[in-house]
Order: sequence, then C-alpha cells, then structure tokens
Amino acid sequence: MHPAIQGVITIVLGVGGCIGYFYFANQLLDKVIFPAKGPNTGRNINRANQIRPWLFLFPAMFALGLYLAYPVFETLRLSFTDRSQGGAFVGFANYSQMLDEPKFWEAIRNNMLWLIVVPAMSTAFGLLAAQLTDRISWGNIAKSLIFMPMAISFVGAGVIWKLVYEARPEDVSQIGVLNAVLVGLGGEPQTWLTIPLWNNFFLMIVLIWIQTGFAMVILSAALRGIPEETVEAAIIDGANPFQIFFKIKVPQIMPTIVVVWTTITLTVLKVFDIVFTMTNGQWETQVLANYMYDKLFRANDWGVGSAAAIVIMLLVSPILAWNVYNARKEMR
Amino acid sequence: MDNIAGKKPGLTWAVHISVFLLVALWVFPTLGLFVSSFRTGDQIASSGWWAALFPSEINEVYRAADPDDNRVPDGDLFVVSGNIFEGEGGGEISVWGTSSRAFDAFRAGETSDLGDGETVTLEANGDYVWRGTDDQISGRGQRIFATVTSPPEFTLKNYDTVLFTEGSGGGMAKAFFNTLTVTIPATIIPILIAAFAAYALAWMDFPGRALLIAAVVALLVVPLQLALIPLLKLHLGIGIGKGYLGVWLAHTGFGLPLAIYLLRNYMVGLPKDIIENARVDGATDFQIFVRIILPLSFPALASFAIFQFLWTWNDLLVALVFLIDATGETTVMTKQIVEMLGTRGGNWEILATAAFVSIAVPLSVFFLMQRYLVRGLLAGSVK
Repeated sequence: MHPAIQGVITIVLGVGGCIGYFYFANQLLDKVIFPAKGPNTGRNINRANQIRPWLFLFPAMFALGLYLAYPVFETLRLSFTDRSQGGAFVGFANYSQMLDEPKFWEAIRNNMLWLIVVPAMSTAFGLLAAQLTDRISWGNIAKSLIFMPMAISFVGAGVIWKLVYEARPEDVSQIGVLNAVLVGLGGEPQTWLTIPLWNNFFLMIVLIWIQTGFAMVILSAALRGIPEETVEAAIIDGANPFQIFFKIKVPQIMPTIVVVWTTITLTVLKVFDIVFTMTNGQWETQVLANYMYDKLFRANDWGVGSAAAIVIMLLVSPILAWNVYNARKEMR
Repeated sequence: MDNIAGKKPGLTWAVHISVFLLVALWVFPTLGLFVSSFRTGDQIASSGWWAALFPSEINEVYRAADPDDNRVPDGDLFVVSGNIFEGEGGGEISVWGTSSRAFDAFRAGETSDLGDGETVTLEANGDYVWRGTDDQISGRGQRIFATVTSPPEFTLKNYDTVLFTEGSGGGMAKAFFNTLTVTIPATIIPILIAAFAAYALAWMDFPGRALLIAAVVALLVVPLQLALIPLLKLHLGIGIGKGYLGVWLAHTGFGLPLAIYLLRNYMVGLPKDIIENARVDGATDFQIFVRIILPLSFPALASFAIFQFLWTWNDLLVALVFLIDATGETTVMTKQIVEMLGTRGGNWEILATAAFVSIAVPLSVFFLMQRYLVRGLLAGSVK
C-alpha cells in the first residue's frame, strides 16, 4: 500500500477513532450504565459525572504512561542488565564500565561546557535583541529574522554552519565565510571543526544561533509587561539608559530569565542532531545524547546506552522537580 | 515609548546600527545556503557564495578552434575565427594575452603579434581572429589567456538533480513525501486526544486532578532518549516493527505532554460564565466541550499544531529509531541530508539544495503563522 494512502487512512482512523471513542463512551455512560431516569436518577447522574473525567483522560493517560512513564522505569531496569547475557541482572557493571570509558568523561566535560555557554549566551543575546528591537520602528521585522532559525531543523542548521566553517587549502580561494575573513585579515585557513576543545564552541554557536530567537520572544514580552511608572520614575531620578536596563528592567524580569534559562538548559541536555550531523562526536566533541546513541545503535550495547540515558535523566531531574514545584505553587 | 525624556538621538542611531548588525549576523548563514543552492558545483568551489551576488572576474585559459578542421584560406594566409566562449557562459573580456607570463598584455580589441606575421585579435565579447601562414595555423589551437568579467549566474539544475534523480545525491522528492506522511498524522492525532484530557484537567472536578497536572508537567521534561530502547522493544514485540505506524505513535506520545499543558493553560483562562450558563441550560460536558471549548480554543490548538509540525518535520532521532528500516524506503529528509554529508561532503551544490528543500516548508509555515507560534511559546515555555 502506498504510504500516502496509508497516511490518509491513519488520519481518518485516528481522528474517527478518537471522536468515536469519546462520543460512544459518553453515550454508554449516560444511557446504559447510569441512565438519567428511573428511581435512581439523581444518584446515577452524580456517578456518571464522577466517571466522566476518567473517560476523557483515559487515552491521554494511556499514551503518556506507555510512551513516557513506562520507558523511564524500563530504561532504569535495562541499565542494570546485560543484553549479551540474555538480559541477566548485572548490578552496576554497566555503570562502572561507562565510568571507565574516556569517551564518557569527554561527553560529560563537553555537556558541562554546553550547559554553561549555550543558555548564558542565548539568554544574553536574546535579552539584547529584545531590548534593542523594542525601541525601533522596524523592530518586528528584525525580530522575525532573528527568530527564524527556530523553524530550521538542527540538521539543516548543521549544513548551514558547516558551509560557514568550510576550510580549503591555503592556495585556493576560501568558500567558508569564517576562513575567508581570516585569510582576508592575513591569517591561515583553519579546519575549525577539528581543533580540539575549540570545536565544541563552534558547535555551540549553532545552538545559540537557534535558541536566541526563542529567548528574545519570551523576554521581549516580559520587558513589555514592566510597569512604565518604574521606568519613568528612574528617568526622573536621572538614571541613564544602561542603569535603567540593568537596575530597573532586568531585576523585574528575573523570573522570566530563569524560565528561559532552564528551558534552553533542557534543550542543551538533549542536544543530539547538531553533533551527529556536524562531527558525530569525532575530534573530542562527543556529548551525552550522541554517546548514548552510539552505544545503543552502533555498539548495540543496550546496558551502557541505558545507563547513559539515566545519566541524562538525572541531570534533567532538578529542573523537573523545580517545574513541578512551581506548577503546584501556581495552582494554589 | 517614543518622545520620552532620556532618549538621545545619538543612542537611537546606535540602536539602529546594532540591530542591523545583529540581524545581518543571524541571516547571513542561511542566506549563504540559499544562494549556494542556485550555483553550480564549479562556481561554489571557485569562489565564496557572497561573490555570486556581484559580477565575477576570473582568469581563464581558452583555446582557439582546431586549425585542421576550422581554418579557412584568406589570400596567402589562413584564418581561424570564432568565439572563445563557444556559446557557454560568456562575459566581457577586459585584458588578455597569449602566454601565461603575460596574461594581461593586451586590452580587448587589440591585436597580439606572435612573430613572423602570426596574429591574434580578441574582441571584448570573445570573438577572435587568428591569422597566419599554413605552417603557423596548424597543430593545436592557439591558447588565449583572458580575464573575463561575467555577470552573476544562477541555475535551477541543482533542484532538478536533488529532487528527481535516484541515488546518493538525490531522492529528495521521495524523502519529502515520506516526511509529509510522517508529519501530518503525527500532528493531528495528538491534538484530539490532548484536547479532551486538557478539558478534563481544566474544567472537571475529580480527586487526583492536581496530581495529574503535576505529572504532565514532569513528563514535559523527560528526555525522549529514555524512551528509545523500551519502545523499540515494545514495537518489535507487538509486531508494529519499524515503520510509519510506529513513528506516528511515538510522535503522538512524545507530543502529548506539551499539548495537554498548552491546551489546559489556555482552557483554564476561558470565561467561567459561559461554561456555567451552558451547564445550567442542561448541556452535558461532551456538548460543552464540542460546541464551546473547542471553537474558543482555536488559537491554542493552532499554536500546538505548529509546534508539533515543526518538531516532527525537523526530527531526526525519532525517525532514525522508529521509522527507517534497512531497506531505506521510508527515509525522511533529515536522514537523507545526514547521509549526503557522509558520502558527498564536498558537493556543496547538492548539500545546500537538499538542505534548502527540507527547510523551505518549515520556513514558510513559520512566516505565515508566526503569531500563533509566539503565542504558544509564551504560554508553554517550560518544555
């Protein structure tokens, strides 16, 4: 069967199935199980209303449980087993094997670098862009152009930046912008992506380029929400624009900055495509997500791969706890 | 905030200039890819893409036509004439010469004396006349070194190659449709499931509601890396295997937390009066949901749809794990590009074009629906 037809059938079945499920389950509840008539009308209506939320929630809960909650525990279990021994329990053997691998420590080191640099730079550039574009007439056009990389896939961004970093021998003309500028200034062309340590920063630039737009959009909304009286009062007191920005505006949007920072941190922890596309972890650019992919699908070592996934989960969990804490606080 | 005290014109200019620089810095890399996709491989290899926007000046070696076939007698002498471009390319010749040591010896229209009466004349448009005795006009054609200024030149051939040829440098048309096949069901199905759940979490009262909302917030940040192996095992175990069905289900599962979170936040904000009035009038929850909540929630639905569309379209990891099998029949564009990077890393015309084909659709969605995207980001900036 042609995949397009299969796709159409899936949409019809999926959408029809969903609507059908919700409609008929509802009918069943109201008309058959607890009919709103007879001697127990009142009690039946109440009971039906107690069950209905679960009817509405069931498909979502089922999918969430199966596709996100169950895998967390299954991955944890797998990280204590060895596939080549038929899935036998091996305790912490996978973890100790992983801790002995230099590639793992390289990935940890690089991930830490990413965690420090990318959220900081994206938020800083985003804040700068938000503050500057809010003050000019063509700010909206500027905003959408800076925001645009959000729509580009990490793979596409990888290709775009590989062209920027492209290096060619010294005697031919450079086609990568970075080397062209360097040679124009009298330097020697560099193969940027193979210089250990520094190449990490060249990969980070790609993610900063993508995430700045996101930071800008959120921070710009926050900046607009600042009560104008506070700014006006500062002006009357003789504050200069920089003081207004750093001492009046930034403290007021601090909570939003934290949200942006943590959101980008989450993206960074999961970063995979950029490294996979541009260097595939060679030249000391390995990161955790790519290390895990290597283990799972190249080395076929599910135990160590799962252990690496658990490490990512551990790194994410403080943010998870923080988000849940905030959400609960908001609901009260 | 125009015309308020404390605004200095000098500073305004600084703002304009810095924003311009920032925008230029952000657009420049993408522009490079776009321009490169319209250049031939030779052009890309010989000069940077920024040079393509201006007339280019290159030094090229040409050869006059083969004397044995083309010479015509002219009195005692023989003449070979023609155009050095031979119908390909073209441009304007500024200086030229007949040896590599003096390639700029003559201006266009001048005549070079090669000795013993043998001469070559070259016009600015490339027409040449090579004149000499029987002996001189023989063997191979006379070499001509010319400095040619050619206008910017663009081609659509790369798109033709990348889309419609099979093999490692092409097949993007098929990958495009595969991507579309993955994306559309994976965008539509989670919306419905999430909408009902969001309504229950927003407007229905039942024990454990707060706990469920907290669980959704928690699942929002669970890295999908954790789900890869267990779910692949599950799919292989229940016979779905690798394929479209598996990838649709996976995207649905991974998209749900954000969908529920976004929609619930939006639905909570809908006016209470409408819903309570409808209840008083005897509407059931199902009717309230379908007739009132769904239409009113359109902006939130649109926001999520855009997110999910961009995310599934741009995804590589989920497709690699759940969709693409050994036959490669179901390859998506991101995977195709990664493959090209491996096998044709130097062929920038192919790479740039393929990448641009894959980012064209998300870019147009982005520019058309930016309003909803921004709204969604503001509502759901937790993921």
